Amino acid sequence: MSREEIQETSSSLHINNVSMTFSLPDGSTVNALQDVSLKIRKGELLSILGPSGCGKTTLLNIIAGFLTPTSGSVILNNHQVTGPSAERGMVFQQGALFEWMNVRKNIGFGPNMQGIASAQINQRVDELLETVGLHGFANKNVYELSGGMQQRVSLARCLANDPDVILMDEPLGALDALTREKMQGLILKLWKETGKTIILITHSVEEALLLGERLIVMAPRPGRIHKEYELPFAQQAITTDIREVKKCADFTTSREEILSMIWEMEEEIMGRKA
Amino acid sequence: MLILSLYVASFILLLVIYKMLIKRFTSANAQAKINTVTFGDESAVKPNRTASVLSILTLFFIWCAFTGSSLSPIHVPGPFTGDTTFTYTAKNTNKQTDTAQVYIRVNPVNKKITKSSPANNNRNNFTKNDSAEVTAYRSVLIRVKKNDTGGKEENYLVTKINGQAIKAKQTIQVNNGQVILTSKSSISFTPNKGWQMEPIWLPAPEAVFYRLIEIARDGYQNVSLFENIGWSLLRVIAGFLLGCIVGIPLGYAMGLSSWFRGWFDPIVEFMRPIPPLALIPLVIIWFGIWEAGKISLLFLAALWIMTIAARAGVSGVSIAKIHAAYSLGASKLQILIHVIIPNSLPEIFTGARVAMGVCWGTVVAAELVAAEKGAGKMIIAASKFQQTDIVIMGIILIGVIGYGIDTLMRVAERKLVPWKGKS
Repeated sequence: MSREEIQETSSSLHINNVSMTFSLPDGSTVNALQDVSLKIRKGELLSILGPSGCGKTTLLNIIAGFLTPTSGSVILNNHQVTGPSAERGMVFQQGALFEWMNVRKNIGFGPNMQGIASAQINQRVDELLETVGLHGFANKNVYELSGGMQQRVSLARCLANDPDVILMDEPLGALDALTREKMQGLILKLWKETGKTIILITHSVEEALLLGERLIVMAPRPGRIHKEYELPFAQQAITTDIREVKKCADFTTSREEILSMIWEMEEEIMGRKA
Repeated sequence: MLILSLYVASFILLLVIYKMLIKRFTSANAQAKINTVTFGDESAVKPNRTASVLSILTLFFIWCAFTGSSLSPIHVPGPFTGDTTFTYTAKNTNKQTDTAQVYIRVNPVNKKITKSSPANNNRNNFTKNDSAEVTAYRSVLIRVKKNDTGGKEENYLVTKINGQAIKAKQTIQVNNGQVILTSKSSISFTPNKGWQMEPIWLPAPEAVFYRLIEIARDGYQNVSLFENIGWSLLRVIAGFLLGCIVGIPLGYAMGLSSWFRGWFDPIVEFMRPIPPLALIPLVIIWFGIWEAGKISLLFLAALWIMTIAARAGVSGVSIAKIHAAYSLGASKLQILIHVIIPNSLPEIFTGARVAMGVCWGTVVAAELVAAEKGAGKMIIAASKFQQTDIVIMGIILIGVIGYGIDTLMRVAERKLVPWKGKS
């Protein structure tokens, strides 16, 4: 099958002319998103980048089903998204783990809610603990773990449900630089091993370049898609070392290009405000 | 005033001694602090347990010293007890003067001196010796003229005490006491009171302790101590549980539904600032003075606290947790059971601790107003008979039980919500 054919199969995610307008208490309105359209292939790793206020989190919340767009629609597997569901898993920046459950219960939460037999859940959790590198941490309390480990639990918890799409809202935003780099490797590894469709929001240009097969740069006021890149770095990083990829000339050139683009956008916003 | 200055002096003295001892007995190495900044760093300020122990000992010592307790070797001067004497000089109608003695026996509180009184050998002169008995802290009126020859005549006057001239309504200091001459030439004698407290104001610690043993063994007014405290606790637990049963679901409903929030908000916000004690009169009118009234009062005391705690617990759940649970496929009921309720437990425990404290305080107050049995009833009954030792014993018991309840709640909290404050 060619790439185009895969794109047209049923298990793809279509975002059709989505607009979102928020009314503020003072009566004015904000165009958080205007006419955003995207087609995401099954198994694609898409990263979304943009300055603050460009509507990238709004877009993710619409895909997750937490928000209903003012107009337009999100279609997954030929049916329209109307609310949150286990087919679209979400990984949050932090604070979304359940402190009253240990690591095992947290990871098994999704299957448990669906009433799957506990022996089956335990087996699945053990596999996932291995996958995310938390072997032996099953009975720890989540508040005893470091930030990086907590995000590993979040990833495993999301995977436990075997969702069609994984939505990541700045999953590494609260981590230190070193942990962040390790976790970037983990996300790439999970993507390769599971073949999941992943949509990742970030405000780190480097992360967006490295973790995106395709990179969408969004612009603010109104929130819209500004530019789209097809990138080779995610594939490279799977086979070689992440640090090597980040050092190569192509990567640094792209990074500088996108950085200056975002700088211009920010300056434009500042200018408009003044 | 004296007690306060003594207390402040002990505070300063012990602080200085403690600092000096620390300096003396710790090596220079151990003295070097890891943190150079401690002043203003709240986390560096931990209660000094030595200070806590000394604080309690100081209070206890002052209590002992000012009540003449046998537990402390040092006391402030106590009231005079024993035998004392002074003389008075009288002038009869014939302007003759004569002097006689007054013997006074001062008995300690609740005791009588049993040894025989000093000889009261009356002389042949016209004034006659007198003797009187009085209890410490009280005064006694001695009608010295009564047994004097010619003492009933109009011009018969007492002119001197211990050789010192005295007029009616004047006061003279004599050995071990004070003498006031009344307008009818009688003598009022008040023995020196010293600085110690009268037992009716503040009994000695051992008196309170013996009373505790006595009451624990024999009960008070035919009600055993166990029954008194048990009834109070029973009322608190009943009122508190009813408050939880109604308040927690109500709080959840207010946290989850805007209709419930809107409907009950004015009621909760209005009732919250009303102290439960202010409701006692109304509760008595509505429910009577017996158990129904007291339990309703405690229910009302706990209800609003638990409602607000549960509401805050629901509001405190981070939206990320709710979103995560939805995107993991949980239903509304599952989210309530597995996310919202556990997430609200720390808030509910905080509320429960406050509610228990308020209920315990309220039950004692309610029993002061009307009760057959209960800790509050015991102390109000004792106060009517001026049995200060029972009152103090009751207050200490109430404090200890309140502290015990709070400690139990804290232990339960650590066991049941170990994640509190750690997310």
